[in-house]
Amino acid sequence: MTLALAVDIGLTLLVLAVACWTLAVRDTFTSVIGFVAYGLLLALIWVRLAAPDVALTEAAMGSGLTGLLLLGAAARLQNAKNISAPPGLALRWVAGVLCALVSAGLAAMVLLLPDPAPTLAPAVVAHLPATGLGNPVTGVLLAYRAIDTLLEAVVLLPALLGVWSLAADRDWGGAPRLRYHRPDGALTLLAQVLPPFGIIVGIYLCWNGADQPGGAFQGGAVLAAMWALILTAGLAEAPPVSRRWLRWLLVAGSAVFLVIGLAGIGFADAFLAYPAGYAKPLILTIELVLTLSIAVALGLLIAGPPTRTPS
Amino acid sequence: MISTTTLFGLSSVILVGLGLFGLIVNPQPLRKILAFNLLGSGVFLLFGVIARRGAGAGLNSDPVPQALVITGLVVAFAATALAVALLLRLFQETGQAITLDTEDPSIHAPARSNDP
Amino acid sequence: MMQDPSNLLVLALVLPVAGLLLALVVGGRYAGRIALWLMPVGLAIAVMLVVSVIRADDALVYDLGGWMPPLGVALRADGLSAIFILTTVAVIGATGIFARTEFRTLPGQPETRTSLTFWALLLALWGALNLVFLSNDLFSLFVALELLTFSAIPLVCLDGRAGTLAAGLRYLLFALFGSVLYLLGAVLLYGAYGTLDIGLLSGLVRPEPVAWGAAALMTVGLMAKTALFPLHFWLPPAHAGAPAAASAVLSALVIKASLFLIVRLWFDAMPALMNPTAAQVLATLGAAAILFGSVLALRQARLKLLIAYSTVAQIGYLFLIFPLIVRPESGSFAAADLYTELAATVVSTSAWSGGVLQAVSHAFAKAAMFMAAGLIAQSLGHDRIADLSSIGRALPITVLAFALAGMSLMGLPPSGGFAAKWLLLTATIETGQWWWALVILGGGLLTGGYLFRILAPALFGSRQSVTLRAPVARYREVVVLALALCSVLLGFVRLGAFDLVQIGRLAKAGMGLP
Repeated sequence: MTLALAVDIGLTLLVLAVACWTLAVRDTFTSVIGFVAYGLLLALIWVRLAAPDVALTEAAMGSGLTGLLLLGAAARLQNAKNISAPPGLALRWVAGVLCALVSAGLAAMVLLLPDPAPTLAPAVVAHLPATGLGNPVTGVLLAYRAIDTLLEAVVLLPALLGVWSLAADRDWGGAPRLRYHRPDGALTLLAQVLPPFGIIVGIYLCWNGADQPGGAFQGGAVLAAMWALILTAGLAEAPPVSRRWLRWLLVAGSAVFLVIGLAGIGFADAFLAYPAGYAKPLILTIELVLTLSIAVALGLLIAGPPTRTPS
Repeated sequence: MISTTTLFGLSSVILVGLGLFGLIVNPQPLRKILAFNLLGSGVFLLFGVIARRGAGAGLNSDPVPQALVITGLVVAFAATALAVALLLRLFQETGQAITLDTEDPSIHAPARSNDP
Repeated sequence: MMQDPSNLLVLALVLPVAGLLLALVVGGRYAGRIALWLMPVGLAIAVMLVVSVIRADDALVYDLGGWMPPLGVALRADGLSAIFILTTVAVIGATGIFARTEFRTLPGQPETRTSLTFWALLLALWGALNLVFLSNDLFSLFVALELLTFSAIPLVCLDGRAGTLAAGLRYLLFALFGSVLYLLGAVLLYGAYGTLDIGLLSGLVRPEPVAWGAAALMTVGLMAKTALFPLHFWLPPAHAGAPAAASAVLSALVIKASLFLIVRLWFDAMPALMNPTAAQVLATLGAAAILFGSVLALRQARLKLLIAYSTVAQIGYLFLIFPLIVRPESGSFAAADLYTELAATVVSTSAWSGGVLQAVSHAFAKAAMFMAAGLIAQSLGHDRIADLSSIGRALPITVLAFALAGMSLMGLPPSGGFAAKWLLLTATIETGQWWWALVILGGGLLTGGYLFRILAPALFGSRQSVTLRAPVARYREVVVLALALCSVLLGFVRLGAFDLVQIGRLAKAGMGLP
């Protein structure tokens, strides 16, 4: 057994143990902390799977931002009594058997996957020089499957609008307020010290994403995490939701992407195609604006619905 | 000895099973949301294993599944944010209790007017 | 540029998305106007799309970014897509006109929550639906499904009551469960075949365990999203709790999107897996849906809940088409192989056409019903069925529209619903699966039962005068009537027009029909 395999086995056992613990522990707040730890371990597994871009995204978004969101919710719901009856033993057993069967079936399918595995790596590498990019994942995200990224940026908007729409009618036009944290020393210190570094890291990830691991989503997630931290510590207020400039910021990423995509019909013969030689600068432009929009959208998703009541 | 990809592949399907179990069984909505995230991460991990198996042409991992997982992570976060916001608003409206029981008589009350 | 009709596919996609972005920026005051101005443009695009598909007599394909699958993502519009895109824009257009004054920022007032939310999300729904009907890539379809979910749920709980919030959250959890299973299936397919393009998969998928598992997972996930029995619990409170205009779109269109994907998966992505047993299972669940949905509808006290349970039942009809299209076991009823071949193809065509006609006429009828219920509730201040006596005197056009829509749902001639059920009955007889004929007829009777509960007192009630709490604008009643008439007039469409639904079908090989 090599060292690498031993590490992998250890990592796997740890991840599964933390996942089980997260599901089983009674207190919800502790469960969320377990989930954050789980996310970080998962990021390590992604590194072991030779996917640094995904590892970055998992750490920043899957563990960091989701953790922030769920911790806030768990804190606010600590006093809630849940009146739904816990399911009986029979239902637990049936569900358990069902899930075990599903897992077993999936395991069989995983073992039956073809070897050698079909892959699109050669095609990606072959066409990458035409895009001028060095990072193949960015190539897939912004060139070959640009539609998915465009839609992805668009998908955040209805989700955000949905969150905003949960405000009462009279609160519309107010600003979201993360009210559930009392500002305390440690959090305030963290929110004062960390963001400058975080912002630099976020911008670096976005800028560098064209040729190294990184990109709009990773950079955007880090920036959003910094902003959420500042908001949570009470060091700044979120802007009111009806501000025109806020709406422009949210829409800018998708709009620039869409306009460049439509221009592709005239200049490059297809929607979302890039004219030869201009691919890299256009992609970098899209990534920059997209990072900004994504950061704002993700941060606001954590901030929640607007409110007008003073804290 | 077992290969890395098979190891992670099997653990991903266990995570899927665990997440599915948590989603079905746990009565508290916030725990269901947590379980959904577990389930989603299991699916993404499986995709990552498939990507690793697709190493070739000088790359250690097929970039297409990696890109799709990144997109999926963002979508999953947005879904979690919407679900959490709904849950918190429900808690705000109903006070102490949280229920997904839609036989609740309050659903049958006439709608409040849209006051400005 | 305009010589190439496949550009229409891009336009159909980009129009609602651009509308959404614009609506967010200009705010709730103008969002409604933007939506209403875009609808006729969308209608023109949809009509041109249908014409182009007929003229080309083949599906229109567009490689996004100039990259061909498997590396890139393609859009594909066959006859089925074109029909659904046209239906979508028609229903959404009618919804826009119907809801014009309902979600509006009054001049001089700051933007209201509902005005921005409703119109922006209506545009997002429209865009998501078009993407579902046009995308030929399994992962893009996943993103489209998520866009659909995020746009639909805030509309369900737009009024902010605890009941609708709970309904919305339950809807969200079911929808996410469905999406994750769908994604899992897509992941397995990529692992086995190295592509997510439906066209390429149709040639690669073999009946092997990984493909079976993927198909099962994706079907179950999509079943949850389509609210097929027994995963239907989320639908009635969600569709009944939403504002009437939103309910119309939800029941008419959003439900059909995931069903469309099940059809795409079975017949276009994985035709080699078509299995008569699985088809019978799906149809059995459909029959159960018809039974349970109709019986529960009979027991409802409120109009909107009754209509929502009716949706649960009507969805069941659409799952009956599966055993009628999948090739029956050879030798089950024919002597010569040639006859089996021919009979099977004829059956496939009429069942396919019947299914499409059922889906489209149900869309129009259900939209009309929900809007009519909305008008009734608005004018009476309540929607208790027990107190609907003689409402026909006060709102004749609305009740007429409701009756026409009901006629189509029941399958009474000469409506679209009747023509659809006729085609399906023909298919059941020709495949020798007479038990489905019983289900179809029984379902029609049950539908008649619960609709009669409403229509009889409404039309023939004994109350002399009905006082209306609030007036109902005449143009809104006319919109509802127009939708109901569409549902009825579909019954007059010539049988030859059903060639459109066959254009571009990937599994057509060996059919021999034009």
